[in-house]
Amino acid sequence: MPGHLTNVVVAGLGGQGVLKASDILADVALRAGFDVKKSEIKGMSQRGGSVTSDVRFGQAVFSPMVTPGEADYLLVLEPTQVEPHKHYLKPGGTLITPDAVDASLLPNKKTLNVALLGALSAHLPLPEAGWLEALREGFPAEFFDANRQAFLAGRNGQQPPKP
Amino acid sequence: MPSPKRQLLSGDEAIALAARDTGVALGAGYPGTPSTEILERFSELGGYGQWSPNEKVALEVAIGAAFAGARAMATMKHVGLNVAADPLFTAAYTGVSGGLVVISADDPGMASSQNEQDNRRYAIAAGVPMLEPSDSQEAYDFLLAAFEISERWKLPVILRATTRVCHSYTIVQPRGPDGTPKTPKFERDIRGRVMIPANARPAHRRLRQKLAEIQEWNETCSLNSVVHGGKQLGIITSGISFMHAREAAPDAAVLKLGFTHPLPLKKIAGFAKTVDRCVVIEEGDPYLVDAIRAAGIEVEGKPEMYRFGELDVPRVRRILDQDTSPEPAKPPGKPPQLCDACQYRIVFEALRKRDCIVAGDIGCYTLGVLQPFEAMDSCVCMGASLGVGLGLRHVLPADQARRVVSVIGDSTFVHSGISGLVEMIYNPPPDGHVLIILDNATTAMTGHQEHPGTGRKLDHKPTNKLVLENLARSLGIKRVHVIEPRVGSNEFERVLDECLASRELCVIIARRPCILIVKRLRELEQCECDKKETPCPAI
Repeated sequence: MPGHLTNVVVAGLGGQGVLKASDILADVALRAGFDVKKSEIKGMSQRGGSVTSDVRFGQAVFSPMVTPGEADYLLVLEPTQVEPHKHYLKPGGTLITPDAVDASLLPNKKTLNVALLGALSAHLPLPEAGWLEALREGFPAEFFDANRQAFLAGRNGQQPPKP
Repeated sequence: MPSPKRQLLSGDEAIALAARDTGVALGAGYPGTPSTEILERFSELGGYGQWSPNEKVALEVAIGAAFAGARAMATMKHVGLNVAADPLFTAAYTGVSGGLVVISADDPGMASSQNEQDNRRYAIAAGVPMLEPSDSQEAYDFLLAAFEISERWKLPVILRATTRVCHSYTIVQPRGPDGTPKTPKFERDIRGRVMIPANARPAHRRLRQKLAEIQEWNETCSLNSVVHGGKQLGIITSGISFMHAREAAPDAAVLKLGFTHPLPLKKIAGFAKTVDRCVVIEEGDPYLVDAIRAAGIEVEGKPEMYRFGELDVPRVRRILDQDTSPEPAKPPGKPPQLCDACQYRIVFEALRKRDCIVAGDIGCYTLGVLQPFEAMDSCVCMGASLGVGLGLRHVLPADQARRVVSVIGDSTFVHSGISGLVEMIYNPPPDGHVLIILDNATTAMTGHQEHPGTGRKLDHKPTNKLVLENLARSLGIKRVHVIEPRVGSNEFERVLDECLASRELCVIIARRPCILIVKRLRELEQCECDKKETPCPAI
């Protein structure tokens, strides 16, 4: 039997960085020693349609897809995409939308995906150092400072997780 | 040497890495979701990967390389194998001297395809071995195994993956490069490779003999494995369905089939005997369940409703519960659309305004069928716009026939529109025909791959360029217009009206690079100019 799994769904529109955000999350989970799987449908993603990416991590992951009604976290980059994706959340699951971050603290609009990862990170058992390493390696070097700033703005804007 | 690092890879990336590690000398394909990234990554890793005009040519090139004793692979989406089926079936007779693996990336659920055909049927029809990975580690391992099987029995092997294997990221422990590949060398084998009937008859018998041997070998092959579990429920499964089944029924015994043609029927019969209830969980067609039942083994299949679309954990739970109640509808997401600044909006607006009957084709521009344009009347397969448009022209009453146009993209035209154009000049309809080639200088829909008309190879390095207007003129078409569709210009509409009124054979090439590659094109052109000694023209 696999142990506890963490299920995250990241959703938004083509071009918003949904897939990049889920890449980073999956990389951090891998660095932390978890089994991890990430699944997405992206054939039409460049034409502005809905894009969804599932990330699952834990001791052992089988299916790469998050079952509707079983997501622990739903990260939505575009408010119109809450409605089509909210059925993924389990009862009591956490919805993270652009409202979760103070937009004035972001270095630029494009870092919203990283800022929302920051907000998500406050809930997850993954060390901050791993996040920063993944951000450093996941983007060209010149973007690191802006991404770090956005990530921390998202992370520090959250209530600390309950012990 | 330290063992290579564990990596999170997509199935496509894992196949590419395995191809590099096992010394594949040549990979050829045509872009198609979900297969495209295999050759792109293979090329980035230093392998020789190339886009061919279409999948048939790609497979033929790979067959040639394998005749020479090299390891070769051909990559394509499921419908691409329809195009490449002709060489595949006879390559099963000729066999190969090196290794040949055909990667078929199927798309159950049609995330980005025009049908959800199940290409496992091709392995049976052509008589070639087939492996089905269920995650990226297996995509890596099974490609290596596929080459071993191909070389041992001198046969092409199909590696059949699906969207959820190709595009899911899972952890891979690579093995690293496995030694120096063999040096290609031509060895003449006329009776083995020239398939005139006198040679093909014994070749067919040889093929069936090989398959019988392989089937026996597969009975104990480690690519099939058993997960021990309770006696009440046993599951027989393959591919991604294995993952869903393990999660949906963690206590069940599972026979996981990795090598799915020819099937290890004795092993399957043995497994079925160990459990009280045995259910086959497979996506798409009832291939496994039909074959297993035909062998006299009692198993349960899935209700017909689960033939459609992908499986997932909830659907597997429902199959196990024999639940045929209606499934919850998925909330609609935002559909894709033509980019706001896409030059082809002008084309579809013009076609709509004239109430043209539009035989369409496959690419971004198929989105011209959606609102606000609704300017496409058919889309069948790659290249079909030509033939379908001509067929409509031949039989419709004149007032309708004169409104028929064929619309095709540049990459699709090169893929399989050229023979349609030959058909147009060979069998011209009474009132002529109008072909519009939307030339955006790339294969846009699949993520901007090069093709023969761009003059650049897979790795974007320059090569000979196919000039579409020269090709059309060389076929004897007198009205060939090259125009640039632009907002504020009525040139396209004027030329379209002229062509429709001419009742002759016309080709309109609406040429303007896709807005999403303009920056990359400029960089490539700059880079090519920097290498020349002559001064660079202004860009």
